[in-house]
Amino acid sequence: MRLNRIPRAAAAAAALLLAAACDSSGSGGSSATGLNPPDLKAPTKLGRTEGQVDLIAWAGYVEDGSDDPKVDWVSDFEKQTGCQVHSKVAASSDEMVKLMKTGEYDAVSASGDASLRLIASGDAAPVNTALVPHYKDVFSGLKNGAWNSVKGQMYGIPHGRGANLLMYNTEKVKPAPTSWSAVFEGAARYKGHVTAYDSPIYIADAALYLKATRPELKIKDPYALDQKQFDAAVALLKRQNADVGEYWSDYLKEVSAFKSGDSVVGTTWQVIASLAASEGAKVKALVPKEGSTGWSDTWMVSARAKHPNCAYKWLDWIVSPKVNAQVAEYFGEAPASSKACAETSDKNFCTVYHAADERYWKKIAFWNTPIEQCLDGRTDVRCVPYAKWVQAWTEIKG
Amino acid sequence: MTTDATAAAGRGTVRRLAGTLHRRPRLRLTLLLTAPLLWLAVLYLGSLAVLFVSAFWTTNSFTSQVVKVWSTDNFHELLTTPVFRQVVLRSAGVALAVTVLCALIAFPVAFYTARVARPRWRPLLVVAILTPLWASYLVKVYAWRLILSQGGLADWTLAPFGLSGPGFGLPATVLTLTYLWLPYMILPIHTALEQLPANLLDASADLGARAGRTFRSVVLPMVLPSVAAGSVFTFSLSLGDYITVQIVGGKTQLIGNLVYSNIELNLPMAAALGTVPVVVIVLYLLAIRRTGALHSL
Repeated sequence: MRLNRIPRAAAAAAALLLAAACDSSGSGGSSATGLNPPDLKAPTKLGRTEGQVDLIAWAGYVEDGSDDPKVDWVSDFEKQTGCQVHSKVAASSDEMVKLMKTGEYDAVSASGDASLRLIASGDAAPVNTALVPHYKDVFSGLKNGAWNSVKGQMYGIPHGRGANLLMYNTEKVKPAPTSWSAVFEGAARYKGHVTAYDSPIYIADAALYLKATRPELKIKDPYALDQKQFDAAVALLKRQNADVGEYWSDYLKEVSAFKSGDSVVGTTWQVIASLAASEGAKVKALVPKEGSTGWSDTWMVSARAKHPNCAYKWLDWIVSPKVNAQVAEYFGEAPASSKACAETSDKNFCTVYHAADERYWKKIAFWNTPIEQCLDGRTDVRCVPYAKWVQAWTEIKG
Repeated sequence: MTTDATAAAGRGTVRRLAGTLHRRPRLRLTLLLTAPLLWLAVLYLGSLAVLFVSAFWTTNSFTSQVVKVWSTDNFHELLTTPVFRQVVLRSAGVALAVTVLCALIAFPVAFYTARVARPRWRPLLVVAILTPLWASYLVKVYAWRLILSQGGLADWTLAPFGLSGPGFGLPATVLTLTYLWLPYMILPIHTALEQLPANLLDASADLGARAGRTFRSVVLPMVLPSVAAGSVFTFSLSLGDYITVQIVGGKTQLIGNLVYSNIELNLPMAAALGTVPVVVIVLYLLAIRRTGALHSL
């Protein structure tokens, strides 16, 4: 009996995969059945709060003053709603997915490379945005994104966003780069001092560059690569590996590498660029002409949440202008709430982070989960799924 | 009256039990060892067995859930994918290099602390060797990151000779690991040298051997098992390390990094990779056993 169940579960999962077709709108030709997540219902009204909420979050998203007494937006939430916050910091998107599968958590701050997986597997429930009053102030560019919604149904509340920028040492890298070629074709000039983000999702950065420089590959979406496009991106990264000094995943490591000059050019986040500059490194960061990849985090509610009412209260709390401003400034990302910019302590903050600049965000391809059914709507080929990206990343690093 | 009787009966039982135990040493041994052996078998060997068994499972590529279907794909992949072979060889190479470097550095240091330094300084010197172990591992590795970074201490020291530091990479990893595990090599060698009977050295000198000959024919054979014992520590600790290489290793990846990068998405593959260091260390221990070093652990 037991053995029988397993193939059936596998078959069900395979069926789910088949059903998980493209979900990007505006894709030519395909009937766009979309990702077909399990039929879950969002609540229509909220009940009494349960007195507790269990969260999975990125470090710095749920701060109760225990790391730094001045950084605290949890205590007021607990006082106002009576929901005690228990949070678990996850180190990676993969860990978030795994934790959500335990069913012991109510909500998660998922990045785009995790959110689709959670939606497809039925671990994340659709969210009734009408129950989140502050949702109306969220920037329109973050609503109904390919990474946080399916067929117009939101699966969470946007938290904030950031772009993966090109950072360079202004003294060592001349002339100032305007293109990602500085870390690909032109990387040999800085051999041993090029840096890149240490994650399989970085393959999309190479694909984004190829999209602009090798039109014959016909890359439309850096997260939807067929085998040929994928191989081209991997080959580019293997060549880049010869010039890379180190890959970074810990942002403090990158700050120290740019300060000492061990790294002079590579991908970064705005918060790293600001921190490195404030500590005396001669660096500048920009979005190159090819555009850039980026990330946007979404607070999603578990389909098996034991404290759904408290979870909704938290979703509303985290996008309320003041809290959203606090968390965005502390973490170093563009806030999701349009009213947050009036609440930041540094009045220049939203300008630096381009919070309200929708033209800027048009150039950003937000992280998404690569799946076999091409996200760009092609149905005549199969795309390379994320598991293969992970394997390729190991091979790229050698 | 009755209490006395029960007490006497109780005493009688205890005495009989003690007598039984005295007469049957095997029973005594069984009772003594059951708890610790159970601990060893269930917690240690049990988890190793789970590791090994889960290496034969697979995962669903989209949801990355473990699918408990028996297959040897992971091991097949492990043996046929060039990148895995390369990383395994690199990791073993790093562990060997660290072990050799540790032995070369530790020997003279231990010789000084055990035989050359004045006796009342010796305990203090041993303490000095141990002090780095009191500091956090991460602090020490980040210190090495600063030393080896561009324009850091290594560059600054070597600059007058027209050289530059090794930068981040494989040499930096070997260097840092050597620093980290050196005390584990010094201590066994120190103990062995300390216990070396002085009359053997005298006898060697009386028979006309010079220092070099005494070292080769008397000291080295007696201390070698301790070097091997220390090498068990340095080798296995280096083979399992994946944090040092992340901090000072530049773009290098070792077997631990592969396990780490697979653990969330592909647990069975991580388990298959995890068996590699186990196998390598078992082979190493078998090789070491021939030197008799395991007796001096």
